[in-house]
Amino acid sequence: MCGIVGLHLRSPDLHPLLGELLTGMVCEMQDRGADSAGVAVYGDPRWSPPGHVAVSFVPDPSLLTLSTGVEVEALAAELSLDLASPVAVVDAGPTLVAHVVESAGVDALRASVLAAFPDALIAGFGADVAVLKGVGHPRDLAEAYGLADAQGWQGVGHTRMATESAVNAGGCHPYAVGLDQCLVHNGSFSNHATIRRDLRARGAVFDSENDTEVGARFVADRLAAGYDVETALKELCGTFDGFYTLLVSDSRSFAVVRDAIACKPAVIAETDDWVAMASEYRALVGLPGIESARLYEPEPERIYAWTR
Amino acid sequence: MDSLKDPLKDPLLDPVSDSVRHLDLTEVPLRSVNALLHGREVDDLPMLTPGEDVVLSHPQGAHAVAVGLDSPRQVRIEGHVGYYAAGMNQRADVVISGNAGVGVAENMMSGSVTVLGNASQAAGATAHGGLLVVHGDAAARCGISMKGVDIVVGGSIGHMSAFMAQAGRLVVRGDAGDALGDSIYEARLYVRGEVASLGADCVAKQMRPEHHEELAALLKAAGYEDDDTGAYTRYGSARELYHFDVDNAY
Repeated sequence: MCGIVGLHLRSPDLHPLLGELLTGMVCEMQDRGADSAGVAVYGDPRWSPPGHVAVSFVPDPSLLTLSTGVEVEALAAELSLDLASPVAVVDAGPTLVAHVVESAGVDALRASVLAAFPDALIAGFGADVAVLKGVGHPRDLAEAYGLADAQGWQGVGHTRMATESAVNAGGCHPYAVGLDQCLVHNGSFSNHATIRRDLRARGAVFDSENDTEVGARFVADRLAAGYDVETALKELCGTFDGFYTLLVSDSRSFAVVRDAIACKPAVIAETDDWVAMASEYRALVGLPGIESARLYEPEPERIYAWTR
Repeated sequence: MDSLKDPLKDPLLDPVSDSVRHLDLTEVPLRSVNALLHGREVDDLPMLTPGEDVVLSHPQGAHAVAVGLDSPRQVRIEGHVGYYAAGMNQRADVVISGNAGVGVAENMMSGSVTVLGNASQAAGATAHGGLLVVHGDAAARCGISMKGVDIVVGGSIGHMSAFMAQAGRLVVRGDAGDALGDSIYEARLYVRGEVASLGADCVAKQMRPEHHEELAALLKAAGYEDDDTGAYTRYGSARELYHFDVDNAY
């Protein structure tokens, strides 16, 4: 069992409230898993300011603490020197987020981070997304991330009850393996080893033994090949065996899909101001206007996608 | 939901008893509410008198609301509930004014549970008796392993409904999803709309006079007495799966 939540804000008036709303949603899902929790936030001015590219990373993934212990000012100076461009490093508890002006390039920033911390787990990267991961109770993690103060147009969260791989940052969702992409999963894939082998043969490099990472890298592989998210998820349904409710997002889109058996729960709520998805309705009760939202459960193997 | 009964005229929603206890789930913990409903004393809250009706407000999707009731009582839940609402019900009549999560009225023994909105998967699972009415749609696995309950769904039901259904009746005014009645035993299914596909050993059967009569009584009990029973098709077991057949042995 795991809990997943997502919020796609249509109304810019709500952008300043994203973190507060997402915190309530993630914390309500703590009963579905409390060994780790991760979030992805699109458009936060602290973590991914406009005109910048950001890399979110866990410097030492073997640590299970709420803080990295890294001196961020010194690290920022080191990365700035390396890139010859001013880099900011934001302390978000167990994850750090480095950002630099877009022209410096996200690949260069990522390489620079990995030069400083060769064992670092890259949690996410892109122009818009910050991905925060950690081990611990969702409520403690939300506080350590500073999630309540986050702003932006879209957020995704996951509370984990581990079944398929170790409880560490590498096993923590979201999996954000492509530019501004992000995937969270409730369920388990049963044929992930076979698909991982195929993807490795095509050049993919994995950070963990986690089943969901295989799903994320599969989607990233198909998107890189030019598929749109709907086609990529259709192919995922035909390729992956197992149980899943998935929430897949990038800077522009937000999509939900469930397996054919659909035993993993999902509720979607929509108003003119937002689209939200959660494992259970109770995660949605704090959203403004929920009383009049259109509520429904996604049908099995049907892809629901929204774009901005 | 053309002939959805008017909630205002529903006796379950308009308790005639003078004595109605209002409990707000944002103020009274769920465990205390359920203990009160079980006839137990809780902190400084007065015990419910026999037959005293209860209105629960602000359930906010909580799980296990009003589970395990075992005495005649009308309970109205105002809002959406989470998993297993009114599960294991005996003798009480529970109305949920919103949507219900997974497993509403699971393992009900008697009494009734009415959902005015939609129900998630496994509504009425394993229930032995009583009446479950869902005025909206019910999701996958509605009536899975039902053992004697009557279920009436105003809208449509999802896939794998009535899987291994052993006894009882399931009435669907809309459509049914894939694999209806897979591995069904002796439950009787009545569907007015389209059935996406039938599961193993489930077949359409003739509507004999006793079936029209039975269906009419169920529709009436759920407030849909104006439906034409002739518009429904009966489905049940072909009885080829659950008898031992030596040719199937290895």
